[in-house]
Amino acid sequence: MSQELIDAFIDMREADVLRLTHELLEHGAQPLEILEACKDALEVIGQRFEEGQAFVPELVMSGEMMNEVKAIVKPQIEQEASAERLGRVLMGTVDGDIHDIGKDVVVFMLDANGFEVIDLGVDVAPATFVEKIRETQPDVVGLSGLLTLAFDSMKATVDTIREAGLREKVKIMIGGAPVDDHVREYAGADAWGKDAMEAVALAKQWTGR
Amino acid sequence: MTADNFETRTKRINDAIALKKPDRVPLFPSYHLFPARYAGMTYEQAFYDQESWLAANEQVILDHKPDLYFQPSAPISASGPAHEALDNLQIKWPGHGVAANRSFQFVEGEYMKAEEYDEFLSDPSDWTVRKYLPRIYGALEGLGMLPPITSLLAGYAGAGIVGMLAIPPVAAAMNALTQAAQVSAQWNMGYAHFEKKMNEMGYPAFATGIALAPYDLISDMLRGMRGTMVDMYRCPDKLLAAEAKVLPLQIGGAIGQAHMSGNPRIFIPLHRGADGFMSDEQFERFYWPTLKALILALIDAGLIPCPFFEGGYDQRLRYLKELPPGKVMGLFDRSDLVKVKKELGDTMCIAAGMPVSLLQTGTPERVRDETKRVIETIGRDGGFIMSNNTVLDEADPELVRAWVEATQEFGEY
Repeated sequence: MSQELIDAFIDMREADVLRLTHELLEHGAQPLEILEACKDALEVIGQRFEEGQAFVPELVMSGEMMNEVKAIVKPQIEQEASAERLGRVLMGTVDGDIHDIGKDVVVFMLDANGFEVIDLGVDVAPATFVEKIRETQPDVVGLSGLLTLAFDSMKATVDTIREAGLREKVKIMIGGAPVDDHVREYAGADAWGKDAMEAVALAKQWTGR
Repeated sequence: MTADNFETRTKRINDAIALKKPDRVPLFPSYHLFPARYAGMTYEQAFYDQESWLAANEQVILDHKPDLYFQPSAPISASGPAHEALDNLQIKWPGHGVAANRSFQFVEGEYMKAEEYDEFLSDPSDWTVRKYLPRIYGALEGLGMLPPITSLLAGYAGAGIVGMLAIPPVAAAMNALTQAAQVSAQWNMGYAHFEKKMNEMGYPAFATGIALAPYDLISDMLRGMRGTMVDMYRCPDKLLAAEAKVLPLQIGGAIGQAHMSGNPRIFIPLHRGADGFMSDEQFERFYWPTLKALILALIDAGLIPCPFFEGGYDQRLRYLKELPPGKVMGLFDRSDLVKVKKELGDTMCIAAGMPVSLLQTGTPERVRDETKRVIETIGRDGGFIMSNNTVLDEADPELVRAWVEATQEFGEY
């Protein structure tokens, strides 16, 4: 039945996903097993997104369904097993910019591809990035921005990381609608990506996976 | 060469829109908040001091002599005092939620709940006044206490019903509206004078009218991006019905604005239809039919739709090809312009070419080379307006000047 759940999830059949989750629990399935099935489905959806077969509505619906399933099974989970992750990525939308859609898509795709993602949210000050790099020791830092003002914020963030002596410890990628190689050069990032797939490819390349 | 005036610039633009070759490549820098930096004022000042803001715009326009200028009212949406009077919760504006020199930013949210579609569909005006306004403007919370607007159908007895307006929270909302109305009327007058003055000095404004693609209106203003995307699965018919409901309102609104201003160009900034947001199948069902209907209706009304294809539209070009030739000015952002020219060169005028990233981080030489390259590749057959891909806000004035000069230098046909 867990294959049925995976299929329903991939096909965005929300009502079936919820029904099957309840049925599986009633039949004694382990909550973690159910979550694993959903994660398998997310992985397929992530692949489809990469191939241009799924789009943002499917990612949004996946997030919705995942939260609904978690709400159903969470009370029964004592401890979430921490799966082996490919690497750790620190993500945030830079200082002065409150846009999260692009960043959220990147977070989703990194997560679906096996990375541990720490999402600092939007309007993140350079000092916060530095503090979180010290605290979480990420392999990769991802800076997102939609507005042109983000160019200066990205540069300030990279500069602040450098001044804190952490520049050599992390790889920095930037992205967002107006970002291109001119901006990468200006900000002093290691690379830029035009979409979430490029972010995943960069993270994989840098973590040697 | 005689000096340019309003007519020669308008003709240059119209020739390009009609897919002809004007005397030279027209220039349309979409300035947005750029004049503030140019004149040494903060964005916050632009939201609060109209006189200085308009003077800054005039200075930029006279220095660059563009064929179309970006009207200074657009990046401001409403003055700071008007936003304050209403306690606008839907944007953060410079000095209020974002720093004094940061662009305003939209606060996306579910301003309409999924279960409210039916109410919206049965009476959008009533829902707007009693549900929507109290949510997006803190000072208008009291409007939520009003009885249905249709209670005024009680006719002569309505004179008694208006007593509701005296309930303190409602009265406070009415006061806030009056306050905002006075400030906004004053600013609107200022913009109208400015436009008239620029017309007389020979400079046409890009567009004074604006319309939204029905899907974007529901997504941006009411349900949020996540909301509409979930609705595509949970209640697709209601989403489509809401689009159908707002379509004639957008058409009527745009025609009204054009009549009032005398400017036939209608700006249609597009959001969720870009590549990557939804599949072609979803675009065909949820986005394109009502957008196409809007564009065609504006053309029928003798207007010039100016959709801004923000992001990339490479995967949507075959739909855009369905539009009648020579009637649309398409502003492009990150699309592959060579491909756009090849696919749409016989359909619509392309306004695009200069990446703002280069105007913000490049050198005059690189800007000059890029301008030349764009004109030679995309612009050489006409049907082209030189423009920047997104707002110029933080662009370097020296680089913008290099771009303007290079367009003049290489733009002769």
